[in-house]
Amino acid sequence: MTTSSKTGKTSRATRTRSGTRTSPNQADMMADPRRHLLDLDDLDALEIEGLLNSAEGMLEIAGRDVRKTPALRGKTIITLFYENSTRTRVSFEQAGKILGADVINVAASTSSLSKGESLLNTVKTLEAMQIDALVVRHPHSGAPYFIANHTDASVVNAGDGTHAHPTQSLLDLFTVRKHLGDLAGKRIAIVGDILYSRVARSDIIAFQKMGAEVVVSCPNTLLPDEWQPGSILGQQTGFENLEIARNVDEAVEGADVVMALRIQQERQEAGHLPSLREYSDRWGINSRRMAMAHDGALLMHPGPMNEGVEIASDVAHGVQSVIEEQVRSGVAVRMAVLYALCARSRSARNGAGTEN
Amino acid sequence: MTDRKIDACSVIVATGHARICDLDPCQHGKDFFVPVNRPVIGRASVANEIDKVVLTGDDIRRALTRISHEILEQNRAARDLVLVGLHTRGVHLAKRLGDNIEKFEGFAPAVGSLDPRLWRDDPDKALDQPLQPSEIPTEVTDRPVVIVDDVLYTGRTVRAAMEALLDFGRAKRIQLAVLVDRGHRELPIRPDYVGKNIPTAHGERVQVRITEIDGEDAVLLGRER
Repeated sequence: MTTSSKTGKTSRATRTRSGTRTSPNQADMMADPRRHLLDLDDLDALEIEGLLNSAEGMLEIAGRDVRKTPALRGKTIITLFYENSTRTRVSFEQAGKILGADVINVAASTSSLSKGESLLNTVKTLEAMQIDALVVRHPHSGAPYFIANHTDASVVNAGDGTHAHPTQSLLDLFTVRKHLGDLAGKRIAIVGDILYSRVARSDIIAFQKMGAEVVVSCPNTLLPDEWQPGSILGQQTGFENLEIARNVDEAVEGADVVMALRIQQERQEAGHLPSLREYSDRWGINSRRMAMAHDGALLMHPGPMNEGVEIASDVAHGVQSVIEEQVRSGVAVRMAVLYALCARSRSARNGAGTEN
Repeated sequence: MTDRKIDACSVIVATGHARICDLDPCQHGKDFFVPVNRPVIGRASVANEIDKVVLTGDDIRRALTRISHEILEQNRAARDLVLVGLHTRGVHLAKRLGDNIEKFEGFAPAVGSLDPRLWRDDPDKALDQPLQPSEIPTEVTDRPVVIVDDVLYTGRTVRAAMEALLDFGRAKRIQLAVLVDRGHRELPIRPDYVGKNIPTAHGERVQVRITEIDGEDAVLLGRER
């Protein structure tokens, strides 16, 4: 229902081949709907905005006494997690269930995956069960792309290696937008493990697409080799206009949002950091550093937090912290994503040969 | 937006919309410009050259006044009334009915909004526009509820709205007020309050324009594009 007009036949009659997408700038961008969400780099600001707007409505539904809609009734969503996760998996499960879908959780540790079944065979097995969406987390970058090439279901990337975590970035955008309104011109400081963080990569892309200025800061050992502190990246890096601060103070100075990233303790063996204590002292976000940020700046963290390492307990639970709100936003944003991908019937989504 | 050039001879009617000139022979030149610098929301708010005005702003005002009185007549417990407008234009119509009732009776009924698209039987349609947050400002259990929408057509939106509304509580009674009933029901649903019955063909489209969104009040009837 775009407008008040109630017309006889559906206005969206044309649908080209599935899988491919026309440019959003072309007149009828709804003609060929998106099937997977693998990364944010191929979404434009308009499409992101649409998902965020839709999430506003979803947030209201998720806050009702009766949290249930029949929108995805009869659809099956499988969460396939090859890495441990609490909030992302539960959030997807809750999102699917509020929308009325059946959600089945598959964790690597409790399934045939631990018997050595290949990723492809696992996907083929699940596929045979007539699923509508597959939410995938995998330790190897690109795994969701591989899966998307071998299934008719919609694939949602719930984090792949060091590559991308698109729904996390959408919920970060959603949370910031709720507090600060338009993101254009806002300064976003991302502090922490830039080298390994898929959240950092997705957030840089997401915030830049919405017109914000992004500055990152971390120990040199956790920066990609070619990134120099005190510089602004050029086009060839793929992260145009990304500012690399010399130190944390420079990054948080005047920031509207401070995003602390988790120091992944499991990567400590690689010897990137002398000690957690030194990291906490030189790069941790504390009340002194938050005071340097803009008045009313938001403190965010994608979780799970190592309190006392990358973030001090008092600020993590202080008035500027929106960390719990990020979790709440996560359900709404994932509802919007699942709905956008799965609302169509399976035959309509798979397109070719089923047009009448 | 710049002015739009219309090939056929056109005249501009009071609402700012163009229609085919019915003078024969035509008194106007070929190159006639129609101002379309109004807010454009969605496809339907771009005026069609052949749209016919079926309700003017005054007609709409009178219809809403009458419906307000009828709602008061039919509901003894008017103070308990909850008016629920369906997104997008129904919400503003519900507000106007609420304002009218406040003017006539001196108390303001509760006015809420509802986006029932997730309850529809054709979920694809809900994808065109982002979902809107619904807001029911009060408990609906044991209170009379009036669902307000702009156009009643197949009845499917209203069915979805009734189902969505049930999640908020067990209303004492659910009634339906619409500005335009264009017929062609596909479900056993009938309105309790109607602004105007407009018999239409399937291929026609009824376009409700209201000041809050479109910058003017009018109901237009045109051909589907």
